[in-house]
Amino acid sequence: MATIAEKPAVAPATPTLNKDEILRYSRHLIMPEVGMDGQLKLKAAKVLCIGAGGLGSPAGLYLAAAGVGTLGIVDFDVVDFTNLQRQIVHSTSDVGRKKLDSAEDTIREINPFVEVKKFETLLNSENALQLFRDFDVIVDGTDNFPTRYLVNDACVLTGKPNVYGSIFRFEGQASVFATKEGPCYRCLYPEPPPPGLVPSCAEGGVLGILPGLVGVIQATEVVKLILGTGDPLIGRLLLVDALGMKFRELKLRKNPECPVCGTHPTVTTRSPMPPLRREPHHHRTDRLPAILRHTR
Amino acid sequence: MKIHIPTPLRQYAGKNSTVEVKGGTVAEALANLTAQYGDLRRHLYTDDGKLRAFVNVYLNDEDIRYLQKENTPTKEGDSLSIVPSIAGGL
Repeated sequence: MATIAEKPAVAPATPTLNKDEILRYSRHLIMPEVGMDGQLKLKAAKVLCIGAGGLGSPAGLYLAAAGVGTLGIVDFDVVDFTNLQRQIVHSTSDVGRKKLDSAEDTIREINPFVEVKKFETLLNSENALQLFRDFDVIVDGTDNFPTRYLVNDACVLTGKPNVYGSIFRFEGQASVFATKEGPCYRCLYPEPPPPGLVPSCAEGGVLGILPGLVGVIQATEVVKLILGTGDPLIGRLLLVDALGMKFRELKLRKNPECPVCGTHPTVTTRSPMPPLRREPHHHRTDRLPAILRHTR
Repeated sequence: MKIHIPTPLRQYAGKNSTVEVKGGTVAEALANLTAQYGDLRRHLYTDDGKLRAFVNVYLNDEDIRYLQKENTPTKEGDSLSIVPSIAGGL
């Protein structure tokens, strides 16, 4: 049973709930699986969302509403009209604003007891390790392979669970990677597709609702990890097919040969991830194999 | 047996989400699939005929890398899933 509750990254001052919070969280407090202990664990928890987009929106909103005490957000983008079809933390009046500011305002409105920490930065192999150390759980809501591998590797190297979600058109994947006992993203896919081949903003599109489905699954897993309850998606890959409305589950194994979490890792804090850049936006994707096409 | 086709590849598989094929091993089943839908081949295999590194194949719920890879025997009623890595999130 993986739980992060026993070993918070930074020793928190013992939190308490005031009268307003007790009222706010009353539907949690009456559940034996959460209760006062669980709610205090949520309040003490520090969760870092990578990306305030399709997946980060619903995940961040629900985590805030649930009472996660500290919510970090990493993003460097501004809100665009094309985001509004799915990125529900942002509103029409936010177009042109930084996603960080827009997300912060929405989250504060939903739950003023949440401390929002904004990181306007492009993750790289240096700042990722530093940043992740101050959090308990990382939520991967990014849109491109280099960042996904970076998030995974930094999670393994800092010992933080990587709550993973990914979407394409009508299809989603979710899992919990990089726990001590479980596999990581590289155990599933050891290497990214060849660099330069995979566009991060290809056509292809995504059903606006799908990130909601997958992002809320990620939020659910975060809450379970914090509470130390239930069976998190460790060692399991959940496949979501929104068209067929079918949920399937595949077994994931920890790969002993894994370059980052295996017995002889080649990706370490001393020789971290190769420099990762956000991939240039490719627009000529018509000749690429379909599995090389990805949407942002 | 049934092969589950992921969304990005359905356009190359007659828009089907699943395809029924015969085959005594994973390799045979995939060969029969790509014989039926030739366009799929380059999406699953490299030019030298290896399964692409970012395409995983599962027999029922088990990764064939932890079975006998493409030589894994299959039987009637099994299902094969093609699971490419996807990166979308924003």
